[in-house]
Amino acid sequence: MTSTPMSDRPTDATTNPSPERRFSTAEIAVHAAFAVLIGIGILTAAIMWIDTLAIAVGRRETVRTIHLTVGLLAPLPLALGLLSARFRADAVRLERWSSSDVAWLRARDRRSGRIPVTRFNAGQKLNAALTVGAIVVLTGTGTVMAGWLWSWPTSTRTDATWVHDWTAFALTLAVVGHIAFAVRYGRGDASTQNHGATSTS
Amino acid sequence: METLPTASPDAEERPYGRRIVLSVIGLGAIGVALGAPLQSAIDAVLSPVRRVDPTGLAELVPGEGGWRYYSVTARQPDLTTADYRLRVDGLVDRSTTLTWDDLSDLPQTRWTRDFQCVTGWRVDEVAWQGVRLNDLLDVVGVQSAARAITFHSHDGVYTESLTLDQVDRDEVMVATHLDGEIVTRDHGGPVRLLVVPMYGYKSLKWLSRIELVDNVEPGYWEERGYDVDAYVGSSNGRNDEPIT
Repeated sequence: MTSTPMSDRPTDATTNPSPERRFSTAEIAVHAAFAVLIGIGILTAAIMWIDTLAIAVGRRETVRTIHLTVGLLAPLPLALGLLSARFRADAVRLERWSSSDVAWLRARDRRSGRIPVTRFNAGQKLNAALTVGAIVVLTGTGTVMAGWLWSWPTSTRTDATWVHDWTAFALTLAVVGHIAFAVRYGRGDASTQNHGATSTS
Repeated sequence: METLPTASPDAEERPYGRRIVLSVIGLGAIGVALGAPLQSAIDAVLSPVRRVDPTGLAELVPGEGGWRYYSVTARQPDLTTADYRLRVDGLVDRSTTLTWDDLSDLPQTRWTRDFQCVTGWRVDEVAWQGVRLNDLLDVVGVQSAARAITFHSHDGVYTESLTLDQVDRDEVMVATHLDGEIVTRDHGGPVRLLVVPMYGYKSLKWLSRIELVDNVEPGYWEERGYDVDAYVGSSNGRNDEPIT
């Protein structure tokens, strides 16, 4: 491997997986597929939800079909990800909280480095757990709304619609926040808040 | 496993991740189970905020926010009062095509009533004006074999139905004005149907044709699981306050 004088680590992600690469190819693929599906889900939801867009686009049945399709597919990348050992290891890391994670989340100076952070910070853990929960709720209520599996009474369908709307609203805020933090603090880069990132299990 | 920078033994780590996931799922289940009461409580808190919000951003927050616009086709019909036509045919004595001016010349009816959608939103005290359907049917003469009406929309797809008994008993109008203005395109204008005591999907938009038939033909949403007799508060498994 060659290095330029200015850089002591590879800049080309297609070269051998270096120990400094934060995520495996499988993890990056899962993230990309999940992001595309959720992105299309939010876009089609917006068309059905925001009056101006609803009027401009119309075609409610088509938009609905796209929305239902990406909604059903959304859990799939996560399920396929479980085939990857590194994905599973990271899922476990996201799931376990230490007492310093709780302290980090509460601290005003959480970015100062005073409170040590392992591979994932508590915000990332919180986001991951909320997103997984939201996907389950959205898929479940969406199934009721679509009238699948059983002939749900209309009252149940409208109650499910209400929960679906609020969950989708909260998830959209979480996604916007997730992107904002990624832009601000960097993403997939070994130089950012990644104590312990250089070793893989 | 990676080495942690501080003394943070595994024993100290807790499975908060799965607790958060399960809590979110639990909240969702509670929301579906409690449904309408919880919904009204939260809407009661939010609606004052929504009313004074100058940015319009509150529209993005779920909840009751006045009219919502649904259309089932790619484009909504774009009709002016000048090119608007309403066909009345089927089991009638005199098949007729009415213009906007013809409708204006018929006796006018005015009702101020709430408008309730089956998906939950309700708009209080909407002022409607138009021709009561009974008055219009008197003009064309209904044959004795007729039992029901199929309504067609200028969008070419949407249909609705009522029995003639319902038309006699209930407040049903061919509406031309909403809150003092000619019904806008987004609201199904210039001419739409208004079935006062029933959920909004019965009040077909962009009314193009009134067809007298001998049997009820389920309409667009009724083919997709909604009740044909759609009285507010006693159909579709909902318990909204009835509209009279």
